[in-house]
Amino acid sequence: MPILEGEGVTKHFGGLAAVSNVDFHAERGEILGLIGPNGAGKTTLFNLISAALTPKSGTIRFKGVDITGLKPHKICRMGVARTFQSVKVFTTMSVLDNIVLGSFFGRATHISSADARREATELLEFVGLSGAKAAQAKDLTLANQKRLEVAGALATKPELLLLDEMMAGLNATEVARAMELVTRIRDNGITVIMIEHVMKAIMSIATESSFFTTAKKSLKGFPRISQRTNG
Amino acid sequence: MFSGPTGYISLAPAAFFGVGVYTAAVLGLVLPLPAVIALAGAVSFCLALLVGALTLRLRGIYFVMFTFGLVELLLHFVLWWEMSITGTTGRVVPSVDNTTVYYLMLAIFAALMLTAYFIRHSKMGLALQSIGEHEEAAAHRGVNVTALKTITFAVSATFMGAAGAVMATRWTYIDPKIAFNPLISFMPVLMAIFGGMGKLYGPIVGAAIFTYLDEFLITRFPYHYMLIFGIIMVVAILYMPDGLVGLAQKLWKQISGAKYADT
Repeated sequence: MPILEGEGVTKHFGGLAAVSNVDFHAERGEILGLIGPNGAGKTTLFNLISAALTPKSGTIRFKGVDITGLKPHKICRMGVARTFQSVKVFTTMSVLDNIVLGSFFGRATHISSADARREATELLEFVGLSGAKAAQAKDLTLANQKRLEVAGALATKPELLLLDEMMAGLNATEVARAMELVTRIRDNGITVIMIEHVMKAIMSIATESSFFTTAKKSLKGFPRISQRTNG
Repeated sequence: MFSGPTGYISLAPAAFFGVGVYTAAVLGLVLPLPAVIALAGAVSFCLALLVGALTLRLRGIYFVMFTFGLVELLLHFVLWWEMSITGTTGRVVPSVDNTTVYYLMLAIFAALMLTAYFIRHSKMGLALQSIGEHEEAAAHRGVNVTALKTITFAVSATFMGAAGAVMATRWTYIDPKIAFNPLISFMPVLMAIFGGMGKLYGPIVGAAIFTYLDEFLITRFPYHYMLIFGIIMVVAILYMPDGLVGLAQKLWKQISGAKYADT
């Protein structure tokens, strides 16, 4: 059974079909790339999966369970985490609190404060931020804020992680480190779907990639055009 | 407690205050005072839950306007009720001596501060803070934003309701216009901005100095006091975005120098 399936998912903004009758599926343990021009509906699709938006029609199933129309926090607790295109860390909070928040609220099970802090420290190490434990989130660089956002998402113990343009705005070294991080996340058994414009990144780590064109022509079947683009 | 971390400015305190006042007026003769206060709090809590569940989807200025509207709505509802059903607009509240009022208010204040302190230092406080910054991101981290906002809103309303019930005993005579006075909503907001919203003690410092300033100006400049007061507020908002507490912290940082410099 695929970890994520969508059938005929459609979303309109006013008269504009942002996502039109899209089918997709993702298998457990893969890194799936979503590429395509701006405005093709990639982020909208993420918003639909994570329930920031409700689809006009169609169904989305996670591990075989229909999750269409659930609230975002419910979907997060079921095991779908995400990051944002414009990085959204909580700058008024400490780096550690940014992660602990996800441990407290984003899981299906209860966790004690001490455990949450210990796990947050481990996660910081995992994403390569252990030096910044005591810092305020606002003092981090963009690349590090993105890592922190990923750590915060991982704290919810997801099975599926949606990464929206994690590499955008990073320099070559930072991109390489981010790619390596995504691979390690997958190696920990988490399925990753990533929207990316940095082609080098997506070509080298994604198991398969899907090309999204503009709304009407959104390709059916999360098209498995591995490392192929058409314009 | 509610507005500080979440950044939602509520002008509804007067509504819950008024609910408290009216609870005291209606039940003051039949029930002992502690029961009346508890009941006033409970009624405000329930009302806030209902209102919150319906309206906390609104954000920013829309939420502010709605809460302001709520005060007017309740005012006119009570006015209509009193005129068409009871036939009078005023009510008498059994009075209590000033010392009791003082200690009751102090007790409510202490309970409020304790609750606020515990909320701020709990998981709930963390979640509220996250809502204040990125509401949608908080939701995607598993925070049930609507429920949390509603409950916090209701808890803070409880204290306003209780305070209303106590104040009613001091006024002894009330009518809807006194009970649902929008000024009661504006004052706390102004006090909080004046003192600084970021810290728990900001609004307290603000309220204390604000009240002192108010009394001082009204006795010294009985004719121009509102004018002077207005100018002080404008200057405070323009030049002290973090309030008095923020200003004090900034000064303290400058005095203590590099030791506390941001790293």
